[in-house]
Amino acid sequence: MSHRLPERDKPWMMRTYAGHSTAAKSNELYRSNLAKGQTGLSIAFDLPTQTGYDPDDELARGEVGKVGVPVAHAGDMAALLDGIPLDRMNTSMTINATAAWLLALYVVTAESQGVEQAQLSGTTQNDIIKEFLARGTYAFPPGPSMRLIADMIAYTVEEIPKWNPINICSYHLQEAGATPVQEIAYAMSNAIAVLDAARERVPADRMSAVFARISFFVNAGVRFVEEHAKLRAMAVLWEQLGRERYGVTDEKALRFRYGVQVNSLGLTESQPENNVQRIVLEALAVTLGRDARARAIQLPAWNEALGLPRPWDQQWSLRIQQVLAFETDLLEYPDIFEGSKVMEGLVGELLEGARAEMAVVAEHGGAVKGVDYMKAALVDSHRERIRRIEDGEQIVVGLNRFTESEASPLVEGVDGGIMTVDPAGEAQQIEAVRAWRSGRDQAATDAALAELARVAASEGENIMPATIAAARAGVTTGEWSRTLREVFGEFRAPTGVGDAAASLNGSADLAALRDEVDRVSEALGRRLKILVGKPGLDGHSNGAEQIAVRARDVGMDVVYEGIRLTPEQIATSALHEGVHVVGLSILSGSHLELIPAVVTQLRERGVDVPVVVGGIIPDADVQPLKAAGVAAVYTPKDFDITRIMQDIVRLVAERGGVSTAA
Amino acid sequence: MTQLDGSALAARLRAGDRTAAPDVLNLVESRTPAARVQADALLRGVSPAALGAEAGGHVVGVTGPPGAGKSTLLSELVRAWRAAGRTVAVLAVDPSSRRTGGALLGDRARIAYDPRDDGVFIRSTAAADRLGGLAPSTRAAATALAAAFDVVVVETVGVGQSETDIAELADTVAVVVQPGSGDTLQFLKSGIMEIPDVLVVTKADLGDIALRARRDLSAALRSVGERETAVLAVSSVAPATGIDELIAALDAHLAHTDVAARRVRARRATALADFTAEHGERGLRALGGRREAQRWLAAQNPACDVPSLVGGLEARTVSA
Ligand code: B12
Ligand SMILES: Nc1nc2c(ncn2[C@@H]2O[C@H](COP(=O)(O)OP(=O)(O)OP(=O)(O)O)[C@@H](O)[C@H]2O)c(=O)[nH]1
Ligand SMILES: [Mg+2]
Repeated sequence: MSHRLPERDKPWMMRTYAGHSTAAKSNELYRSNLAKGQTGLSIAFDLPTQTGYDPDDELARGEVGKVGVPVAHAGDMAALLDGIPLDRMNTSMTINATAAWLLALYVVTAESQGVEQAQLSGTTQNDIIKEFLARGTYAFPPGPSMRLIADMIAYTVEEIPKWNPINICSYHLQEAGATPVQEIAYAMSNAIAVLDAARERVPADRMSAVFARISFFVNAGVRFVEEHAKLRAMAVLWEQLGRERYGVTDEKALRFRYGVQVNSLGLTESQPENNVQRIVLEALAVTLGRDARARAIQLPAWNEALGLPRPWDQQWSLRIQQVLAFETDLLEYPDIFEGSKVMEGLVGELLEGARAEMAVVAEHGGAVKGVDYMKAALVDSHRERIRRIEDGEQIVVGLNRFTESEASPLVEGVDGGIMTVDPAGEAQQIEAVRAWRSGRDQAATDAALAELARVAASEGENIMPATIAAARAGVTTGEWSRTLREVFGEFRAPTGVGDAAASLNGSADLAALRDEVDRVSEALGRRLKILVGKPGLDGHSNGAEQIAVRARDVGMDVVYEGIRLTPEQIATSALHEGVHVVGLSILSGSHLELIPAVVTQLRERGVDVPVVVGGIIPDADVQPLKAAGVAAVYTPKDFDITRIMQDIVRLVAERGGVSTAA
Repeated sequence: MTQLDGSALAARLRAGDRTAAPDVLNLVESRTPAARVQADALLRGVSPAALGAEAGGHVVGVTGPPGAGKSTLLSELVRAWRAAGRTVAVLAVDPSSRRTGGALLGDRARIAYDPRDDGVFIRSTAAADRLGGLAPSTRAAATALAAAFDVVVVETVGVGQSETDIAELADTVAVVVQPGSGDTLQFLKSGIMEIPDVLVVTKADLGDIALRARRDLSAALRSVGERETAVLAVSSVAPATGIDELIAALDAHLAHTDVAARRVRARRATALADFTAEHGERGLRALGGRREAQRWLAAQNPACDVPSLVGGLEARTVSA
């Protein structure tokens, strides 16, 4: 084989994960991104759309248009894609619990452009197991959720053959703390659960076609050599799975296809410019070796840990991809790792580890039944990752090493270097959805919803035709979801914290703090008790989980009920549980709406304990939160959790009239 | 912090004021000497003498192996009880390890309820050192809350022999097992385990395996000559099944139980547990041993409240 390709490879598809405020504003953004050389669309929906609530739902408060675009009905989808030719566009939609619904809206929008569904190409993320494990935008219990996925696979493989009905995601697992072995093993176990579910919904002779339509969405961290090996290992396992478990023989169908977003968990708030180097190296992990190169890439921005990226920040990340693809010689060679001992060794190691861990998941009854096990394992891995960073074992430049820095000019602008979404947009969306409802044929809507409910309750009928009919009839996102919630029921995913190992042999600081917790508890009369709460639709649970686990490890009693609670639920739990302090975690940007709401609810119930807050809180918002009664605010730069715990114990002691330690 | 007033809390409970519940728990959990005095006042204030009768709430113990589905089942039971207009307090005793002193209390997360509904109260506590053991505060809390709530549930983790604490405290004990839990079957057959008042097999949605478990457990009960115990299969995932039947079985058990006798037994057992928690084995020896203490307790007035019983035991050690 020659060491040069006869012809330079075509570059991967370049995307930017984007969307905010309204469909019209996001449409403008998409058009300008496409004009800059982006080659595919990647739609970020807001949390109400992802969890199935309309903008005027109580649970949507503070979240409408915040971290993505709100799409409440066919009219919003049409506005979002206005002027974008869907027969030629390749669109990735990060949508899961409500994936069937958003695909239906996409199909109906294409219709209105005169494009048939068979011409559409793109991806619905549609991976519910990782929502239970890491991402948090689930709506229905596991059984019905898996059925919806199987229905979409069965439908698209016949009707929208160029569509990827599901992206099996390992990306979010790494973001939740997974090791490379866990990332591979849980993603592959997940794929097995999905394919097994699909096998019950499609004829046996179509399994090869189904297998060919399953793609992956992976992560790549800064240890980029090992990360590349990980992708090669996944390709090996995928092919083996196809051949052995599903009898696939078509070579093309057996190919491991993946899109990627590189690691964001490791991107820092401290010295944020360093994130650019990290992103570039991570991009190499998914492009270097031709045999395991990404089909589609989207990159985070330098200001990832500060807040939402502005168009300029996203442009910078797109330009990274373009330099890599068009300026370097990367695309001129065959696989550069062919025959590499190092690569072969790394792949072998990862395969061995992943196969063993897949066997453990299988012992737990597979990925659906194994959610509790996998979740606990992820929380535990993340605990270990944080411990290494705290102890300086894992170096993070600018965070725990080389911390002296000049002031960064990047964050000096009036906007603080991030995009903020105008909160007035929410009111507009509420009005808009109400106007939509009053302008439609209500009888047709009701009939469509009744039919949807019937199909949902049926044993074998596919959900897609009734869903597409509902989209045409003017049904809203909230109505579609409510109808299914009524049939399927609701679900709360496990928190994983209960089984996390204890950091028993921790530092001297930890031991001293344990003594102090004992002393303060003694003086208070009962053990120091903390409630860790996650108000709103925000699914970022890492911070809350690690705070909860560490609070336990320093000797506190901890109440943590998981994500997606209302301020009222949190305040009621705090009252019932008699906690000495309430800690709230919000990363989705809705802290200015939700934190004061929790404080108000607490005080209304006579719960007068200190409230501390952590998450993505821009500097400018700290004062307003303190004015609302918050005692302390923590952000990612406060990586030393034992320190945070020291503060909390001191705060409780002060408020409880306990004298400070001698 | 201001000291909570036990008599005032008791008065609120007697008046049916359920909003007293959080402070009742804060008080009985507190170990400061001042709080202990007030907690005694609280218990005296909800004693049969103060109430004029045994407290009206049905004290239900829900116990079983870890992960059997107890809390998820409680979520459905709470929903059904509330729909029937009955108020419910849940005391969830979490088994999580106290190796570092602290505990992650996870049961609450599984129980769904309307936060605006003051007919539901849920409190989590860490278990005592022993599996299935009850902290003194849980006994006191259950006793007190039974004066103001229609149902008081105590969730504990227990397998085999470890349910004795809850059996002493509750009017009705429901043992909850999941399909495929052979342990319970063996314990029942071999007589290691006390016969529960109600036996519940969860996760009926799993199908055959749940039905088989139910059949096997019924057979095991018959083989040890027990025909009274109801054996039910329930599913707590939508669509939930067997919940109304379970409630009926719990009610039926209560109707056939001499509640007063159980309560007397509970108070005496609680007094002994409180005494032992405070004075340890050495204190027991000073009384002439556990048996002797039990004999003395059995000879007391049945209506006697817990603080008085404990006081009596303490007086005997001093005089001994
Ligand atoms: C990991 C991650 C994810 C993971 C979350 C996994 C999980 N289960 O938690 C995944 C991949 C699923 C994810 C998804 C999304 N994400 Co995200 N995510 C991140 C990321 C990269 C890191 C957050 C993290 O976990 N850090 C590690 C933990 C340990 O740190 P931490 O939470 O900050 O906690 C520390 C302190 O803040 C503090 N703290 C935190 N909580 C508390 C609580 C208390 C009581 C105390 C005392 C202290 C405290 O102490 C901790 C110790 O240092 C951030 C960017 C960044 N680098 O920070 C974006 C980020 C938070 N995500 C963002 C977005 C938009 C999303 C999505 C909504 C995108 C979308 N449109 O779909 C989705 C949906 C998620 C959902 N359901 O809500 C935005 C939020 C924007 C904003 N606030 O304006 C960010 C900032 C990225 C960005 N710049 O766009 N994400
Ligand atoms: N399929 C199914 N799963 C259930 C059912 N009830 C509970 N589960 C699951 O079983 C697991 C344990 O449920 P819990 O309610 O926390 O069990 P528990 O007995 O309270 O557990 P501990 O308090 O930890 O001992 C969870 O994953 C539940 O989702 C049921 O009826 N059917
Ligand atoms: Mg439980």
